[in-house]
Amino acid sequence: MSKILIVAEHRDGKLNPAIAKCVHCASQINGAEIHIAVFSNEPSSVAADAARISGVAKVVTVIHPAHAHALASNIAPQLAEIAKGYSHVFGPSTTFGKDLMPRVAALLDAPQASDIMAVEGATRFRRPIYAGNAIVTVEVVAGTQLVATVRTASFEPAAVGATSAPIEDATFSAALPTHTRFVSISAARNDRPDLQTAKKVVSGGRALASADNFKILYQLADRMGAAVGASRAAVDAGYAPNDMQVGQTGKIIAPELYMTFGISGAVQHLTGIKDARTIVAINKDPEAPIFEVADFGLVGDLFQVVPELEKLLASNG
Amino acid sequence: MKRILVSIKRVIDYNVRIRVKPDGSGVVTDGVKMSINPFDEIALEEALRIKEKGLAEEILAVSIGPVDCQQQLRTALAMGADRAVHVQTDVAVESGCAAKLLLKLVEREQPVLAILGKQAIDDDCNQTGQMLAALWGRPQATFASKVEISGDRAQVTREVDAGLEVIEVDLPAVITTDLRLNEPRYVKLPDIMKAKKKPLETIEPSALGVTPVERLKAVKVDPPSMRSKGVMVKDVSELFSALRSKGLV
Ligand SMILES: Cc1cc2nc3c(=O)[nH]c(=O)nc-3n(C[C@H](O)[C@H](O)[C@H](O)COP(=O)(O)OP(=O)(O)OC[C@H]3O[C@@H](n4cnc5c(N)ncnc54)[C@H](O)[C@@H]3O)c2cc1C
Repeated sequence: MSKILIVAEHRDGKLNPAIAKCVHCASQINGAEIHIAVFSNEPSSVAADAARISGVAKVVTVIHPAHAHALASNIAPQLAEIAKGYSHVFGPSTTFGKDLMPRVAALLDAPQASDIMAVEGATRFRRPIYAGNAIVTVEVVAGTQLVATVRTASFEPAAVGATSAPIEDATFSAALPTHTRFVSISAARNDRPDLQTAKKVVSGGRALASADNFKILYQLADRMGAAVGASRAAVDAGYAPNDMQVGQTGKIIAPELYMTFGISGAVQHLTGIKDARTIVAINKDPEAPIFEVADFGLVGDLFQVVPELEKLLASNG
Repeated sequence: MKRILVSIKRVIDYNVRIRVKPDGSGVVTDGVKMSINPFDEIALEEALRIKEKGLAEEILAVSIGPVDCQQQLRTALAMGADRAVHVQTDVAVESGCAAKLLLKLVEREQPVLAILGKQAIDDDCNQTGQMLAALWGRPQATFASKVEISGDRAQVTREVDAGLEVIEVDLPAVITTDLRLNEPRYVKLPDIMKAKKKPLETIEPSALGVTPVERLKAVKVDPPSMRSKGVMVKDVSELFSALRSKGLV
């Protein structure tokens, strides 16, 4: 039987929505018993949220002052300790999970499958390679413990259940390493929806030509209740912050609506939006590759299209 | 000697359009342009800059794979690496195994830093650096967009989902690079000539005491499901109506 441990990602006392997606992924393995591990200095609210996810049988909390900031070098040794006896250890394919899970895999001497997008059995999974231009089916040798990150854009969140799973504390005596220290985090705080979970995303490319011009996209997004994304070219040029980057090396997202303005549609960008329900492309070049994947394409100058669109939204609000 | 170890993976160039073989055994590599993994090129560039600031004395480039990897190692030497080690093997090397091989070289070479690309653009695994750090029992600073070395510490700015995180690590440590860390230099012709004389050592995995084993077998490779091309609209109001009728605006 499969016993699956999922590591919780959380911030400011809130469980990351990616974890309910990991639970959904894990629950596709027949008869799996699913547990969640929470590492925190103050785990109670996060553990309570995790315990309510449908399909979760138990939540394990590890309380330590060092877990006030999630550092892979602190979490990995404790997670590896708890993970003994589990057939699978999952984390989300976010920067948190990408940083942590391989460190755990190495400590467990287990192989890791990154970004699993489909479950074909307890030992068989599908994952994207070559920026999503090929999909590989991988099979782990039977009886081998497997570590994996879950490509959250591929899974709906598991429902919130009516009952709560039991919560247990785990304790460790071994000292944590002191060689890695958190200094600071600069997170752009805004009132817009979160890019990774937003239903609608408005995204800008190099064509925006300045950080100032990006404001027209923020305005449009606010009118639509959308999050704002960007291409790598726009981020590299300093028009948008790094946390807005969508693509192979940025965020992989699956909104209901993804609208691009002045983005050419490089494969590295497209891999981040493959699962978007509806893609809209506005580009002045009729040959731009983005039109090959767009559900609706409009050849035009974004600096004319954006204000026109905003006007229509305002008058038909 | 203050040494930096840098990983160099040979991959299909990022500009090549990937084609899956009809028999599902992999992707087409015959006659396809191969390059240094872009993230590894950034790793090497960062090492060179650290050396140019006088904070390191020698840069060692390491590649694991078939004999052809030596082309990428020669390019790395031309960019400015001082020495190269080619761990030669024709079998598939998983991240875990690559980390074990690198660890053996780390133990032999005692670098102050190991700088690796955060992921290779072929398998997109994003694992080897973290695994090396774990096996080595040293800090990891992944997805770096800024590295500042002072004494026996490094302050690293990391690109994370929430924004930019800064951590401080004691050296030796593993750093994995993100794209915005730097822009790699171009190789000049005289450097290519000079690189031919730089030392390149070839070593078998068995000589390092590691036997590559496949624990995660690739059963088959498929092309991704394609999105079908949609419709072109003629103006903004047609676009608006289309989105409205789908309940999207
Ligand atoms: C290893 C690697 C990883 C990468 N990862 C990512 C990633 O995660 N995300 C990502 O996005 N990219 C990534 N890239 C970069 C990618 O290859 C492209 O360079 C990038 O996506 C291009 O961004 P862009 O479309 O904004 O710019 P461009 O390709 O320059 O396109 C700009 C577009 O704007 C159009 N345009 C210009 N003016 C106007 C106007 N006034 N109105 C309308 N349209 C206009 C042009 O016709 C053009 O199509 C990666 C590259 C590598 C090598």
